[in-house]
Amino acid sequence: MSQTFYKKGFLALAVAAALGVSAFAQADVKIGVAGPMTGANAAFGEQYMKGAQAAADEINAKGGVNGEKIVLVQGDDACEPKQAVAVANRFVDQDKVLGVVGHFCSSSTIPASEVYGDAGIISITPGSTNPQVTERGLSAMFRMCGRDDQQGIVAGDYIVDVLKGKKVVVLHDKDTYGQGLADATKAQLAKRGVEPVLYEGLTRGEKDFSAVVTKIRAAGADVVYFGGLHPEAGPLVRQLREQGLKDVKFMSDDGIVTDELVTTAGGPQYVDGVYMTFGADPRLLPDSKAVVDAFRAKGTEPEGYTLYAYASVQALAAGFNGAKKNDGEAAAEWLKANPVQTVMGKKEWDSKGDLKVSDYVVYQWDKDGKYHQLEKQK
Amino acid sequence: MDGIFLQQLINGLTLGSVYGLIAIGYTMVYGIIGMINFAHGEVYMISAYLAAISLALLAWFGIESFPLMILGTLVFTVVVTGVYGWVIERVAYKPLRNSTRLAPLISAIGISLILQNYAQISQGARQQGVPTLLEGAMRVDIGSGFVQLTYTKIFILVAAFAGMALLTYIIKYTKLGRMCRATQQDRKMASILGINTDRVISYVFVIGAAMAALAGVLITMNYGTFDFYAGFIIGIKAFTAAVLGGIGSLPGAMLGGIILGISESLFAGLINSDYKDVFSFSLLVLILIFRPQGLLGRPHVAKV
Repeated sequence: MSQTFYKKGFLALAVAAALGVSAFAQADVKIGVAGPMTGANAAFGEQYMKGAQAAADEINAKGGVNGEKIVLVQGDDACEPKQAVAVANRFVDQDKVLGVVGHFCSSSTIPASEVYGDAGIISITPGSTNPQVTERGLSAMFRMCGRDDQQGIVAGDYIVDVLKGKKVVVLHDKDTYGQGLADATKAQLAKRGVEPVLYEGLTRGEKDFSAVVTKIRAAGADVVYFGGLHPEAGPLVRQLREQGLKDVKFMSDDGIVTDELVTTAGGPQYVDGVYMTFGADPRLLPDSKAVVDAFRAKGTEPEGYTLYAYASVQALAAGFNGAKKNDGEAAAEWLKANPVQTVMGKKEWDSKGDLKVSDYVVYQWDKDGKYHQLEKQK
Repeated sequence: MDGIFLQQLINGLTLGSVYGLIAIGYTMVYGIIGMINFAHGEVYMISAYLAAISLALLAWFGIESFPLMILGTLVFTVVVTGVYGWVIERVAYKPLRNSTRLAPLISAIGISLILQNYAQISQGARQQGVPTLLEGAMRVDIGSGFVQLTYTKIFILVAAFAGMALLTYIIKYTKLGRMCRATQQDRKMASILGINTDRVISYVFVIGAAMAALAGVLITMNYGTFDFYAGFIIGIKAFTAAVLGGIGSLPGAMLGGIILGISESLFAGLINSDYKDVFSFSLLVLILIFRPQGLLGRPHVAKV
């Protein structure tokens, strides 16, 4: 008997709590933050949440959006397209968000943005760089980062001009993001007169790439370019070095911008000298100084996409404030017509939702497992 | 034979020997209770975490020498993973021993999800890593080319084959092995003859888990990185290896693993890595068409 009582009691409590929360939250501006909160790429989801939360706190402290407070809702897509659509549907139907910061993997952002598009919700991705994200005519899809075709041009030029690559191997992880980027780099290399000696795909989730590494050795490559993410990039570069290819230069993309690259590679000695393309470090901009100092004062380093997520929330808030109503379509229209002052400087978007100016530069990892923007870019 | 080809062969052999170790767990369990233990890949994943924990503990106690570290890690990981195997069998499969054949299968999938989420929640969703234990490599010049073998890879080959040899000895020549074989051939008859078959089944789960733990330590040493999802792909591959070699057959699992590893490596190395899995699975289909019982499996005979 007492058991039934407890069960009923808990049920009543749970119902009361649920009602209470939703009634309280009705007056807020809900913004969904979606990315890989779990899974191999959870480091990026963590950066998203950290940046978005800090931005929301700051905006709320300054009066919020049209007088209402921003409340963040977390969505975990684990970089799985299916799960991304489920998260998007939950955001739309259950959480009733007004805007979305996300997703991370382009293969997740693309299907999820269809759901947001149908619901008239504005979304802005801090990190999805595949061209198709903004090429499908969605009116309220934005990005806070550059595009792979721009990133590929920078990578291709750098391989030809600075690394003097003659025998270049181009690898990818068969995913929308990685392969798109590898293709863009390959196209730019072709334009500069370099035909890759090897162009192949790896399988995401595997750790043994020794067969491909031996093939790279057989091809006598001098530069290896990898379009993909750190869970594969780490073991790949380690196995290159272990098979005796110490002088082959390794270049990758903005999918490896996390300290976890050192973990997946098995130590800083393996990532030493690795090149990568990424937006110019927002931590070095004068606009970000106050925010970066605030993060460091709390003992966290705003690495990778943290400030991108921060700026994305700022852009959403600016859009709602500029349109003077909390409506996705109106905010999107306003953002395409007006520049926004963000933590990453002044940003402007074109009619597709792409940034008008992209700022890809080349970074290099050092023997202590840290990355630095290179001075010599051309 | 040039250096590149030989290198690919060795790449495949190391990969395959590890597949073989994990395949043993699938094949022994299938042989004895006719059930596919889908949680086996996750047992391997747990052992990778245990190996990392053990390495961290040993380093904390100030033990730095390689033989001591690897021995300590092996003992710790194999024992604790064996306990996992025993508990899983007790909790998830034993109560279902006399129910329909599908029930333990569903329960295995449940255990697999529980283990994945348990690792994710208790250890975090991030990629985990261990520092490189054994650095350096051996270089053998062959004609115009060369073969580069890291000491870790040599250690893996030696340890994997030693593990397989030890297991073959146990199954063939010890009392425990005789009990296992008897239970596999006819469980009812074995129990009439005084063998505690429930206990033998528990032993088989412990042995399978211990082999997965050996693989877990070796793979963690070699690639240095893993996460809570690491058991999925490798579990599928090892299961394929077990079927290829003939599920239920111990030498078949080892042979299947090595064939799978070498065929993957050679196809990726000589033709194209995009389609290496397509090739491995086509090979599996072909073998199953012409030898449905697998390479070394015994054809199924209906008992009258």
